[in-house]
Amino acid sequence: MPSLPLSLENVSLSIGGASLIEDVSLTLHHGPRTIILGANGAGKSLILRLSHGLLGPTRGSVRWGGAERLGPLRRRQAMVFQKPIMLRRSTRANAGYGLKIAGMPRSEREARVAQVLERVGLARLAERDARVLSGGEQQKLALARAWALDPEIMFLDEPTANLDPTATAAVEAIVNEIHAGGAKIVMTTQSLSQAKRLADEVIFVHRGRVAEQTPADEFFANPRSAEAAAFLKGELAW
Amino acid sequence: MSEILSAFSIAFDLIVSLDRELIEIIRRTFLVSLSAVAIATLIGLPAGAVLAVVRFPGRRALVILINALMGLPPVVVGLVIYLVLSRSGPLGFMGLMFSPTAMIVAQCVLIVPIVTALSHQVLRELYEEYREQLCSFGATLPQMILTILWDGRRNLVTSVMAGFGRAVAEVGAVLIVGGNIAGVTRVMTTTIALETSKGDLALALALGMILVVTAIALNASAFLVGDAAPARQGG
Ligand SMILES: Nc1ncnc2c1ncn2[C@@H]1O[C@H](COP(=O)(O)OP(=O)(O)OP(=O)(O)O)[C@@H](O)[C@H]1O
Ligand SMILES: [Mg+2]
Repeated sequence: MPSLPLSLENVSLSIGGASLIEDVSLTLHHGPRTIILGANGAGKSLILRLSHGLLGPTRGSVRWGGAERLGPLRRRQAMVFQKPIMLRRSTRANAGYGLKIAGMPRSEREARVAQVLERVGLARLAERDARVLSGGEQQKLALARAWALDPEIMFLDEPTANLDPTATAAVEAIVNEIHAGGAKIVMTTQSLSQAKRLADEVIFVHRGRVAEQTPADEFFANPRSAEAAAFLKGELAW
Repeated sequence: MSEILSAFSIAFDLIVSLDRELIEIIRRTFLVSLSAVAIATLIGLPAGAVLAVVRFPGRRALVILINALMGLPPVVVGLVIYLVLSRSGPLGFMGLMFSPTAMIVAQCVLIVPIVTALSHQVLRELYEEYREQLCSFGATLPQMILTILWDGRRNLVTSVMAGFGRAVAEVGAVLIVGGNIAGVTRVMTTTIALETSKGDLALALALGMILVVTAIALNASAFLVGDAAPARQGG
């Protein structure tokens, strides 16, 4: 059973008394590349975590293909975190760890890992301890590790935040390749130009609420919400 | 003064000549404490990992209790094991009293809390770091536990060494349940206590020196193992 469509229904999240996400409803369908936009602290990362089932909502519900429990479906999703989590292992072992957890036999795993490391330009560093890689290299490794899983939904939390322009272009190309391979892309970014390049639809988040979910062309030409309009003009107050 | 000096010189002679009694005591000391630490490791590491990963009611209370038990006074542990193993005790029928096995049991009771609490500390930190990524992979609880045990192995060595250090250096518990019987249950610490009280300083000094060297070597290697981990890189 697939985990799409993925829907958040009146989801609220409070942690330690602070209300962080308030009454968010949205549905993610197979197909369009969804870009989540919003200022720092708006709640983008939290919405990704809720959608990936890493956090449970305080109120409301999250459904994956209708099911309220993610269970084994989670193995059909992958996430690239905003701060990459590097296991105390080599680059190669990190890249293959998700596959190992999923029970893929070593021989298959090795081929797949070699392929993704090559594609993100880390083949040369395969034996190095992942924790001494540079920030940008760690981000590429996190992408390779998620990509290796060949997921049905790929969540990407600002995957190019630390990357140089060449690497950014390479990562965008990879995101498109993953999308072309049939995966659903759900990605956050701070860069409007990147959003314009990649988005098929935009979800705009402001202070823990979804201000709008709009097709990309329309969003950039004519946003529906005042907050998004202000954000696009670079005038959004914190 | 000259008495002490001559004791030192006899002590050196004992060590250099690999005196039979000395070697036998050292061998038994290591046998007992290494057995105790091996069993404590088999119990303590998995227990520390489970406490780090699995949420269950009473977990916090259990962690606090185990941390508190790190400070168990050895003589009291000895006394309790004595009561359990003595002829009229619940396990008296096993006839373990005054045997090396009883000493292993006593040291085990003493250091299981140490190995558990220290490894829990290490593994808890590592789990906090890894948690979201492992959840994202859809890792099962056993997979998470194995992952943190393996990735935390360097720091776990330090926890195990701390347990061993405590076991070899401890006197009270093994004295009570072992009885310090020559050729059977005499270990370095109990021999030092006995020989010193008899005023026979040479053997005590020789064993004392070896005990000190063991302790220093343990701590130095624990430091080196921890230090060999590559520096964490911000990113
Ligand atoms: N575990 C937590 N406990 C308390 N507050 C939290 C927690 N996680 C997030 N927050 C708060 O929730 C808000 C939204 O956080 P989130 O990480 O989703 O922001 P974001 O939109 O991803 O921002 P950025 O663009 O800076 O990454 C922030 O104000 C943050 O401080
Ligand atoms: Mg974020």
